[in-house]
Amino acid sequence: MSDQARRAHVAHQFDDRQQQNEVGRLGMWLFLATEILFFGGLFTAYLVMRYKWPEAFAVANEKMNVPLGAINTGVLLTSSLTMALGVRATQLGSRKGAFWLIIATIVFGLAFLGIKGIEYAEKFREGLWPGTNFTFEGPAARQVESFFSLYFMMTGLHALHMLVGVGIMSVVAVMLWRGAFSPEYYAPVEIGGLYWHFVDIIWIFLFPLLYLIHPHW
Amino acid sequence: MQGLTSDHIVPVKVYFAVAGGLYLLLILTVAISLIDLGSLNIVAALAIAVAKMLLVVLFFMHVRWSSRMVWLFASGGLVWLAILFMLTMADFLSR
Repeated sequence: MSDQARRAHVAHQFDDRQQQNEVGRLGMWLFLATEILFFGGLFTAYLVMRYKWPEAFAVANEKMNVPLGAINTGVLLTSSLTMALGVRATQLGSRKGAFWLIIATIVFGLAFLGIKGIEYAEKFREGLWPGTNFTFEGPAARQVESFFSLYFMMTGLHALHMLVGVGIMSVVAVMLWRGAFSPEYYAPVEIGGLYWHFVDIIWIFLFPLLYLIHPHW
Repeated sequence: MQGLTSDHIVPVKVYFAVAGGLYLLLILTVAISLIDLGSLNIVAALAIAVAKMLLVVLFFMHVRWSSRMVWLFASGGLVWLAILFMLTMADFLSR
């Protein structure tokens, strides 16, 4: 391979493709570290509130739709599988295969958001949206309201990340369709995939913390 | 650990095995939540969540085949999160 062909996708500041890929990958992991702390504030609030009001959290938990939450977890795990397979297909130069796997990832992502929407509508109907429409009555109504504040903030921030992920994957799908990637150059697919898997991991923790609460510590 | 190797191609069956493991852990975490284990419920739920996270990080996110630098960056965020949790709870648990 001529030197020019070897450096076709390498920016001038890098020695070679390996170094360029490693730098891109590290940049994404650094961004994900800041994302952990972005969600970390909400997880800390959860930790403190559950420590202070374990009974209220258990009461609020009875209002959660566990089957829908579990199905949504399965949907998101499947989207991570198609994502990983999509990166693999790009690495192997299977343009069409990669395109359809990324489309499948987007469809699973949208299915997740749709199911989440059904759950949100359910919560609105039951008067569990915090504020003046909060109609839940019980021994610890204020604390239960705080739980639902957290629930909507954590799942809402997660859903926002899902939307961003769907946007990124839509761009990746268009680029794949146009033949922008090859076994020599697929960094946007790989790095976009890291983001997608990260959002999946956030949900892996949200599911047991928000849906599967027992009254003990 | 393979230095700067960026083109590690993972066999399809590895990805399917990891996905199978993730589904099993999902079923397990729901099943365990249906029985009352006292304070062990939260321990089991979080242990399973961590196991699922490791499967995704190591295999789907390729960290298993990534450089030491990626390992450092990937664990760095969790270290800072642990500091956030510890300092906050050091206050609440000692009031």
